[in-house]
Order: sequence, then structure tokens, then C-alpha cells
Amino acid sequence: MSDNGVSVVITTDIDVVGARQRGRELAAQVGFSRGDQTVIAAAISEIARNILTYARRGEVRMRIVNDGDRAAVEVVATDQGPGIADIPSAMRDGYSTSGGLGLGLGGAQVLMDEFAIVSEPGKGTTVTMCKWHRRV
Amino acid sequence: MEVPILKQGDYLIASIQSALTDADLTQLRDSLGERVGRFRSRGVIVDVTALDVMDSFAVRTLRDLAHTTWLRGAETVIVGIQPEVAFAMVQLGLTLKGIATALDLEEGLAFLDKQVKRRLRRV
Repeated sequence: MSDNGVSVVITTDIDVVGARQRGRELAAQVGFSRGDQTVIAAAISEIARNILTYARRGEVRMRIVNDGDRAAVEVVATDQGPGIADIPSAMRDGYSTSGGLGLGLGGAQVLMDEFAIVSEPGKGTTVTMCKWHRRV
Repeated sequence: MEVPILKQGDYLIASIQSALTDADLTQLRDSLGERVGRFRSRGVIVDVTALDVMDSFAVRTLRDLAHTTWLRGAETVIVGIQPEVAFAMVQLGLTLKGIATALDLEEGLAFLDKQVKRRLRRV
């Protein structure tokens, strides 16, 4: 993890708010508009709540990634929870507009530029996602 | 952080002061449902100006709140959704369809005055 990163341990709903606020600060540092800062904060909120709902505890690490004339906020959410057996259906079921708790994964994916999920039943889940900002 | 609820005539005004946890939101929903009965309120305004993010949980809880108070005989209007919060909600596919919204507190009060009058006329 680079020195510009932050880590938030997720054990309560207060940590969900903390994680999305730290993420918003990083997004502001990168130069994202207030709209995009909120989009990133919303994506972090969804995956952090997923940790709480399914794994009860975990960690959200966030950092700025620089790549030439662009930079990104990268978010890595890990837990040692029950894992997800069927990722495609978890993503699909999640993308419901009924507003159930399951919106998380699919919702976060829609909000970010890159989204990857690795999960093993019984071992846990890692979600990695980032959003790029081009410097002018 | 608990959300202060003000009683203003026939209306209840819940003014969110900062980012809310899930527990804060469900508590707000429950206490408004209860107070609508205690104060025989006709309308509820939830001012979300200070809310940093409206994610799926917040939207679902606000929708439940509006439906609960409606079943208890009061109209609810959500006011003060910030432009960037609305932008993120749209991208997430989150809507508040069927729930009244207004730009700010003043517009919300005007909306309730109209709605409540209409509801009373029907009776």
C-alpha cells in the first residue's frame, strides 16, 4: 500500500460512513468534481455495507493511483466472511431497483470505471474498484 | 447522531444535520411514524440538505418512512437533495418515485399546505 493510502476497518455502521468520507477526501485530492466525489462515496458506502451485512467485519483500503496524465481512486474491500458462491447472480440480483439491501455490488460496479471481485465460499471476498480522472 | 424533529403546527420537520448511519436513519423512520400519531400531524418534512450520500439503504429507508407516515395519515415531502447527491442517485438507478420532493424547506411547506388542504377537502 502506498503512503497516500487510508484504511478503515469496518465493524459497525459508523465505519461505513467513515469509509465513504475518507474516500471522498481522496477523490477531492485527485481533482474529481463534487458530483464524482459523491459517486465514489456512494460506491464505497454500498460495498462497505455489504461487508457489514454479509461478513460482519472487514476492511476498506483506499489510495490514489497515478498513471501519467490521469489518476484514480482505488478501493479494495476485503473480508473473511462466507464468500459468494455464484458471483454473476449476486451481481445480477443486486442490480435491482427495488432498493433491497442487495443493490450493493451491482450498484458499485455501475458507479466505478473498473470493478473486480474475487470470492471463495468460506474464505471471504475481495472487491477491487477504481475510478479514473484525467488531469487537464 | 439523532435527527432533531421539530413540531411546527400540523407538521413535523426533521432536519438532518450531518451524515447519518444506517441506525440513525431507521431510528428517524420509526420516531416519525410514532410522532405523527402522538402529535396528530398532517405533514412531515425531511430535510436532507446535509446528507453526504444517498445510497440504496438511505433511499429505501426514506421510501419506507414516507409510506409509513402516509399510512398514518400524513403526507411526507423530502427536501434539499443536493445536485451531486441527485447525480449519484440517478447513476445508481435509485429513484424516489411516488415520494414528494421539493427544492428546500420553503417549497416543502408550500407543497404540504396544498396537499393537506386537498386531502381535507376530500373527506
